[in-house]
Parts: sequence; structure tokens; C-alpha cells
Amino acid sequence: MNPFQFTRVTTPQAAISASTKESGTYFLAGGTNLIDLMKREVILPERLIDINKLPLTTIEKNVTGLRIGAMAKNSAVADHELVKTHFPLLSMALNAGASAQLRNMATVGGNLMQRTRCSYFYDHSMPCNKRGPVQAGPDKGKPNGPAGCGAIGGFNRMHAIFGASSKCIAVHPSDMCIALAALDATVNVSGPKGDRRIPFSEFHRLPGELPQKDNTLLPGELIMSVDLPTNRFADHSHYLKIRDRASYAFALVSVGVGLEMKRSDGSVHTIQDVRLAMGGVAHKPWRLFEAEQFLKGKEATEANFKQAATLAMKGAKSYGENDFKLTLAPNSIIDALKTATKTA
Amino acid sequence: MTKDTKNPPIDRVDGRMKVTGGANYFADFELPNMAYCVIVGSEIARGTITSLDTKKAQGAPGVLGVFTHQNRPPIPGWDATVGGPADGPPPKPKTEETYRILSSPKILFDGQPIAIVVADTYERATYAASLVKATYAKQAARTDLSKHVAEGIAPGGSGDYSRGKADAHQTAPVTLEAQYTIPIEVHNPMELHGILAHWTGPDTLMIYAKTQGVNATQNAMAQAFKLDPKNIHVHTEFMGGGFGMGLRTWPQETAVVAIARKIGRPLKLVMNRSQMFTLVGHRPYTVQTIRMGADQTGKLVSISHAATAETARYEDFTEATVNMTKFMYACPNVSTRYRIVRLDRSVPIWMRGPGEATGAFALESAMDEMAHKLNLDPIEFRLRNYTETDPEHNRPYSSKHLKEAYQKGAEAIGWSNRKPQPGSLREGNWLIGYGMSTGVFNAFRWEASARALLKADGSLTLQSAVTDIGPGTGTALTMIAHNVLGVPVERIKVEYGDTSLPKAPSQGGSAIVSAVGSAVFDACTAIKQALIELAVKDGGSLAGRQADELTLADGILSADKEPGKKVTVSELMQANNLTVIDRTKESKAGPDHQKYSVYSFSVHFVQVRVNPMTGVVRVAKAVSVADSGRIISPKTAASQMIGGVAGGIGMALTEEAVIDHRFGRFVNNNFADYHVAVHADVPAIETIMIDKPDPIINPMGAKGMGEIALIGFAGAVANAVFNATGQRVRHLPITPDKVMQKLV
Ligand SMILES: Cc1cc2nc3c(=O)[nH]c(=O)nc-3n(C[C@H](O)[C@H](O)[C@H](O)COP(=O)(O)OP(=O)(O)OC[C@H]3O[C@@H](n4cnc5c(N)ncnc54)[C@H](O)[C@@H]3O)c2cc1C
Repeated sequence: MNPFQFTRVTTPQAAISASTKESGTYFLAGGTNLIDLMKREVILPERLIDINKLPLTTIEKNVTGLRIGAMAKNSAVADHELVKTHFPLLSMALNAGASAQLRNMATVGGNLMQRTRCSYFYDHSMPCNKRGPVQAGPDKGKPNGPAGCGAIGGFNRMHAIFGASSKCIAVHPSDMCIALAALDATVNVSGPKGDRRIPFSEFHRLPGELPQKDNTLLPGELIMSVDLPTNRFADHSHYLKIRDRASYAFALVSVGVGLEMKRSDGSVHTIQDVRLAMGGVAHKPWRLFEAEQFLKGKEATEANFKQAATLAMKGAKSYGENDFKLTLAPNSIIDALKTATKTA
Repeated sequence: MTKDTKNPPIDRVDGRMKVTGGANYFADFELPNMAYCVIVGSEIARGTITSLDTKKAQGAPGVLGVFTHQNRPPIPGWDATVGGPADGPPPKPKTEETYRILSSPKILFDGQPIAIVVADTYERATYAASLVKATYAKQAARTDLSKHVAEGIAPGGSGDYSRGKADAHQTAPVTLEAQYTIPIEVHNPMELHGILAHWTGPDTLMIYAKTQGVNATQNAMAQAFKLDPKNIHVHTEFMGGGFGMGLRTWPQETAVVAIARKIGRPLKLVMNRSQMFTLVGHRPYTVQTIRMGADQTGKLVSISHAATAETARYEDFTEATVNMTKFMYACPNVSTRYRIVRLDRSVPIWMRGPGEATGAFALESAMDEMAHKLNLDPIEFRLRNYTETDPEHNRPYSSKHLKEAYQKGAEAIGWSNRKPQPGSLREGNWLIGYGMSTGVFNAFRWEASARALLKADGSLTLQSAVTDIGPGTGTALTMIAHNVLGVPVERIKVEYGDTSLPKAPSQGGSAIVSAVGSAVFDACTAIKQALIELAVKDGGSLAGRQADELTLADGILSADKEPGKKVTVSELMQANNLTVIDRTKESKAGPDHQKYSVYSFSVHFVQVRVNPMTGVVRVAKAVSVADSGRIISPKTAASQMIGGVAGGIGMALTEEAVIDHRFGRFVNNNFADYHVAVHADVPAIETIMIDKPDPIINPMGAKGMGEIALIGFAGAVANAVFNATGQRVRHLPITPDKVMQKLV
């Protein structure tokens, strides 16, 4: 850890201008990810801007649906009546993440911005392209450990099967973001150049040649809130998370499903509309657009689920220790669809 | 007498203190002028340090010293020795490497300390440690046992075993050969390891340690610093979990003591979680092969059991992995073989159910596989090969009620619901399966001493150097004393975990109730005798009565046949001008012990639910039965079993320390990625105690149960997973990828 400056701000404007002034500046929200990364010397900030006093914790209805403040705690969102009633998928996904203690500290903004849990990223004696150069201190600009991707050819049990590059096969670890992806959220940000609305599918990015960059946020930009458009998925939502222990572990694979069902006759149910996203499989929350397209208007049968799962797996590529995900992912899609299509 | 009656459940005597923060663990102690140190570990597994830059660290705020192989203060009793551990006999065959902390630029394992940074605060020491930079000449490291199984060497002292014909399985009507693997497991107690060392004079030392034995630490330090053990005071009243990792004095502890002497200040080390993976031992990766033969009637013809485990290049670690196979079942032809492979790894150490937990996974999985081949119920198969005498040593068991344990456990889990055909039971998307397994561990009784002091006010104090690592030692000793002297439980105080108290063995091997409990029993019995003598002597209030006509309870000595004829302990002591009756006893097993095989037994039953689509396995129900003699403290005994099962669930389903063998380094050395079982993994656990006294082991009839709580559990889970799905998992842990079935 390097010595760093610590500033507490009370307005978003102060936060933005403080962070724009100098590089090596990080917002500190719940600290559950950033502080760990500092202890492991993966991130070496020069300045921390504590944003915990910002008035951004509100969760309220707006004209298009629901607005959730960036500083709302994960537990507050998960337990909120409006979320539980109208966006149960988000509640389920949040509650599947981390532990109760962590959810009481973690914020929506921090959750969106959390870094990968790839072991090679965390250990700067190991190769990693994602760590990037040292951000501050006497070694500023120097590489923070060897370049390369340690996970390729190494311990890649947790790693990507979609959209990876030869530079990086890490995954985005968030559960909350899988629900937000499925629910077509929008991220509202405010920055030195004004406010922007970022569609969720454009917020996180694939590693490509620049794995250091997880998302499309610009320097100095502060996440203000997340918007969720109204939907009809509340009765048929499910978040399935497969992990190496029953709780308090990151997803091997997770599936977020929201369905709008129509009862065509006595027993058969037709899928009117559907959203599907997967976690633990890519550098960003992974929407299954093709499978969604296929399922629309189809009957909720195992055969159709299987076909959707097969479509979802197009282009998947594994790296050895994560070969099992080529089976676990489609199985999980089928299992999640089965659960979600069960009539309430 | 204790032997004949079951003990009532009493609350843990130190429970309130523990949950209210009143119990002090080593790191809770703060001394004036205390300094802190942090270890810098090697980032390679094999090679040599070519440069070590400590300048920046030395110049960092608050730094009092940076110690490396170039300037580590001497450890006189160590530095001259070569090969093996400094405080133990050198291994045979001799190791080609010697590890003495901070003595050479040579790197023998990942995380090996290359520097210890001392500062006035923990934070400053941590920061300065981050400024130490090393470069290395790296050599290819061998860390993957699975690639080197064939290179096993026979460690000195543990010979191959055989009885009957070695190749009998080849001609048996039904045969089985299978390989079972367990990965590296790490003890990972909640409490981090470390030490607080304080030189109170040039040659006198006070140590607050995280050790399972204060006397053991005292002796190790005495040897290392060539001091009289009397000059070394070690205190470890409480320990936040050990599971075996505190059964030796680790080199970094000795180094801290040496540095504390050099800087002339009390010095505290608290390691971090990732250092817990490399500096305080682990359960070794072990590959086992079992060959088994049986006849059509379900009788075992032969078992051969071979195990190969990893150890360090500088020290041999061995454990009793194959022992259970020698005596568990009636089988005429048995052979066992145990090998170790020296790798570029830090040395393992005993971990709860050491050896036996590893061996039982293989043997009890194989028993289940064979039962399936024979179309026999797994319990029935075990009963057909049940033995009342120990076939290894040809002598009787001191006591064995395993049949009763099978039967009680089977009833409690609902074994009759089990279907022999795997995959037969289903609830929605979930398959249900039942499995069971046996566990066994030597019931020891080591030499121990204890002191008991009865005061005229009727209160009793017990003293022993033994450490409480969590099993409820204080509670058990209280119960034993209560049973002898009739002093109410709340008037008994136990003092322990300090070398100023009577000597005791280390808390390990499930032996403390038996060892220290016997000493407490003897000391209390001596007090009782003294009281009776006072009462029955001429002029005494119960003069002329025989000792066996008197009862001592609730501070009153009364004549059984004469209602109203009694004297209180206080009256008795006052009449004799006594303020205290003080007895210290040394206690050990009698010669009879040798005529018997003395073991504790357990049986574990589980019901699992398995989702064949996602491979998720949940232990839905667990029943563990202990046949470990008289239960001294029913509540803490049940806690022991529950803790063992929680550990067993981790071993079965989640725990695995993973090394990237390209670097020889761990990739999941933290609590987020190394998965110990959490609450959600652990169902309600039913514990059943056979609670029948062992007539041989000790006057209480109590055998140990810490190890048997875990031994065998993983096998029961694997067997249940097979019963649920037809999938036999022979490589722990049983993670979803090993169980799921292909759908598309
Ligand atoms: C042991 C452990 C287990 C976990 N398990 C899971 C799990 O199973 N599933 C899961 O989804 N997550 C899990 N997490 C991760 C957890 O969800 C994140 O750590 C948490 O959401 C981060 O939120 P925070 O408020 O603490 O962020 P911080 O740590 O404070 O910040 C994280 C990053 O976000 C940036 N940031 C924060 N707020 C803003 C903002 N408003 N605008 C712009 N940038 C911002 C910070 O600068 C920093 O870079 C786990 C974490 C731990 C430690």
C-alpha cells in the first residue's frame, strides 16, 4: 500500500471536480473491493475520495420505472419493497452475492465497478495484462508485475467461455449486474463534461486488446444512479447461481431469467417475452439475445429450453479447467428456465 | 462412581467469557513498548535470492529493523544443526536440504520468509514490508504430487505391512481396484497464527503463543536458545482453533523470539491469511490405491492399500494414512504401503483426523464400491466383516460398540428409505441418496499431571498446563472433578494454558480428556481420601466408618446407612486447621493398556440431495454416532462432533488449496477462494453418543472424540452421492463439475 490522501466530499460536484484534478484518484464507496485491492497492491491510489456522504441512496419510482441511487447499499436494494415486488430478479441476484455483512457495506456503484476475482490479477508476482501499470507512487507508470495472461494455461476454473481475448480471459464477478443486464437497466453518470445515460449493455466491455479497462466510464465520471424500466417479468423471474459452496462464493455460472408468460390453453404456457443473462462466463454480464429471440412466442417445454441453451452456447470456448462450463452453462440455462416458467 | 452413570449436560464453563470477549487469545495481549513484525515471503518456490533490497524498508517511518538471511540474529541451538527439523531427529533417508529460517538465500518453497520487518506499529511494519524487493535465480519447481507418485520413498520408521498373501485379491471372486485422491487442505482456523515474545531478562523469556501445547513450545524454545526450560514461561490459555497446526513450534516463531532479543522490545507477529497456507502446515495431497477382493458371501478376501503423500524437500512428514486398513475389518490378507515424495513445498502437519481421515476416505469408499458390486447393503457388508478382536495386533479391543453405532445411526437417518439402485430416489429436480462410513482413531492416554486445591469454603481449583483449543477442556475437567468430589460445578475453577501449572501434553490426538482428565481424577481422588481419613480417624466426626460407607456430595460427607450422620467439608477442614487441601498427581496408563487395542469409533450417515443438471450437492441431513467410551460432558462432546461434521463437509465438498504448478504458488490462498463450509452448507446435525465406559483406558472410561468426529465423513458423502446419482467421485472435493450430467 502507498501512502495516499483521503478527502471526504458531500456533493457529487465536489466528488467529480476532486477526481478530475489528478490522476490516481479513486472514489471510495463501501470499500469492500477497493480496500482489498489496495492491500494486495493491485491498485495503488494517490487519492481516495470518500463518497459515502453523497445523498445518492434513494430508491424511488420515476416515470419509466424505478431509480436506484448509486450509494444505496446492496442489502437496502435487495430488501426494498418496490424491488422485491416489481424486480424480484434483482433482489434474488443481490442476495446470491457475497455475505450479509458485505451486502450491508457494498453499494450499487461499487458493485458495478468491482474488479474481476481472477487470482492472477490479484497476485502481482504472476502475469496479468489487466492489472496495468502502477498508478501512483515512486513506481508510477512501471508495470505492476509481469505481463501476459496467467489464467490461460493456468487455474482458469472461474474464467470466461465467451468474448475473451488472448490478452485476458477474466470474468466480471457481479451477480447484481446479471440482473441489471437482463432487466435492460441504464446507468446514469455525471462527469466533468456533464451527464450521460449509458445503456447497460454498453457499460461493461470485453477485454480485447485493452483488458485494463472494464467499462466505458470516462475519467472523473461518477455513477449517480441506475434506472430500471417497468416490465412484466415479476411473476416469472429466477436467478440461479451455481458455485463451489452453498453461499459466499462467486458464480461458476449464473443465469438470470425474466419471463412474461401467456396461458394459451389449460396446460401449455407460451413465452410472451423473455430476458436472459449469464454470469461467470464473460468479461461482462452476458446477455443471451439469440436464445431470447428463439424463445419468444414458444411454448415452455424442455425441448425448447434445450434448443435455446444450445443457441446460447454458440461461440463458446473453454480453456482447460473451465471446460465443464460448456456443459454447466447450458444445463443451468435449462434449469433456470424450468424454475422460472413454473406458474406462481 | 463415574463409570456407571451418564453425565448430565452442563454448559461450557468458559462459554460466557468467550462470547463476551473475556477470553484472551495470544494476539489480545499488549505489552508496554511492544513492536510488531511482518513476514515478507518468497514469490518463487525454488531457486536462490540474487538480490534483496531492504534499504527503502529500513528508511520507512517507524521501522526498527529488517532481518534477512544476512543479519538474522543467532538461534544457538538451531544454527549448528543440519537436515530435518531443528527440534527433531534428522529424517532417514537424509534430506538433501536444510531449512533454517533466514539462514540462506536458497528458496525451498513458495512463501518462504525472506525478510522479517519490525516497526513500532503493525501498519508501519506492513507498509515497510511491501518495500522489500527481491530478485531471484529461479529453478523449475516440483510441486505437483500427481506427476511424481512413482517417485515415492519409504520414510524411515514406517515399514510396509502385510499379513496373509500379498496378491490374494487376484484370485478373489469379486475384485476392485480404484484410486482415490485428496487435495491439499489447509487447517485455516479463524485465529491467525503468530507469537508475542518478551525477553524479561537476558536469559528469561515470556511467550504468548498460539500453540496446542505450552510445554512443547517451552521445550522447543529452550532447545533453540539453549536455555533452561524453567526460564521460559509460555502462556496460551485459549486458542481460536488449531486443528493440528499448533502442534509444533514453527521456524518463524523462533525467529521472532531471536529478533525480540536483538531489538530489546517485546515483539508481536500476527501472520496474514495467505501465509497460513505456507507457513503452518497443511493436510498433504495424497494419492491412494486400494485393491480389494471378496467372495460371493460378502466376506473380504484381501485388501491392499497404498498411499503416497507429499512432503517438503527439507523435512519428512508422515502420518498414519493406511493404518485403519490393518485392523478395521476381519480380512485374512492385508498389505499396506506408505510413501512420501519430497517436493518444493512447505512441510505438512497433522490436520484433524491426521492420516486416518485421508485413509478412511479411500477405504470406506472402496467398501461402498465393493458392497455395490456384491449387491449388499453397505452396513450388512461391514457387519459380515466385523471383527471383535484386532486382527493387526491379535488382541482384543478394550471396548467396541460399533454394531450398536451402525444400528442407531441407521435408524436416525432413515436408512430403510435408501434404495440400493443408484438414482432411484427423486424429488422434483433433485436426486436423493444415502451414504455411510466408519471412522476410527487410536484412543491415547498420555502422561499428564494436574493439581487440585480444595478450600475450606468448599470451592475447588484445578490446574494444568494444558491449552484449550476449543473442545471444552475446562468443562470436561470440571465434570470429572465434580464427579469425584461432589463439588458443585459452579464452585469449580479451572486454570490452564500456562507453563507455571503442572505439566500436560499438547492438546492433540483426541487425548486430553483421557490424559489430563485422569490426572484431575487422581488429584481429586487423593483429596477425597484425605477428607475421608480426617473424618474417620479417632475423634473425627465419622470415626470408625469405612471409606466405602461414605458419600461425598455438595460439600457434605455423609454415612450411607446412618441418616443424619454427616459433616461438611468446611467443618472437617476447620476442625483440622486446614485452609486448603492441595494435591498434585501425575497420571499415566497402566500396564493393562498394552494388552488391548484401544480405539474410538464413529459412524457417519448422510442424506444428500444432488441436482444432476447443475451438479450441486447438498448434505441435507447428517447423523454422526460416537463410540468413544463414557461421555464426560454431553454438550461439548456434541459440539465436537458437530464441528467435525462441518469440517467433514468442507473436506467432502469444498476444500482444496490449488497450486499453479507453473509457478509453484497457491492461487486461492484466501478466505474468499479457499472454501471452508459456511452455514448454508451445513444442515442440522444429529449426534448420537453410545456412552458406554471403556473399562481399560482410564478411570473415567472416556475415550477421545475430536478426530473421529471428522474421520470417515467425506467417504459417507461420496457414498451418498453415488447412491443418489451412480457417479463415483474418487477425487475430493466433490464440486459441481464432477457430478453434473450432460444434457445438450
Ligand atoms: C469475500 C467477498 C465475496 C464477494 N462475493 C460476491 C459475490 O458472490 N457476488 C458479487 O456480485 N459480489 C461479491 N463480492 C463483491 C462485492 O459485491 C463488491 O465488493 C461490492 O459490490 C463493491 O461495492 P463497494 O461499495 O464496497 O465498492 P468499493 O470497494 O468502495 O469500490 C469499488 C470500485 O468502484 C468504484 N466506485 C464506487 N462507487 C462509485 C461510483 N458511484 N461511481 C464511480 N465509481 C465508483 C471505486 O472507485 C472502486 O474502484 C464479494 C466481495 C468480497 C470481498
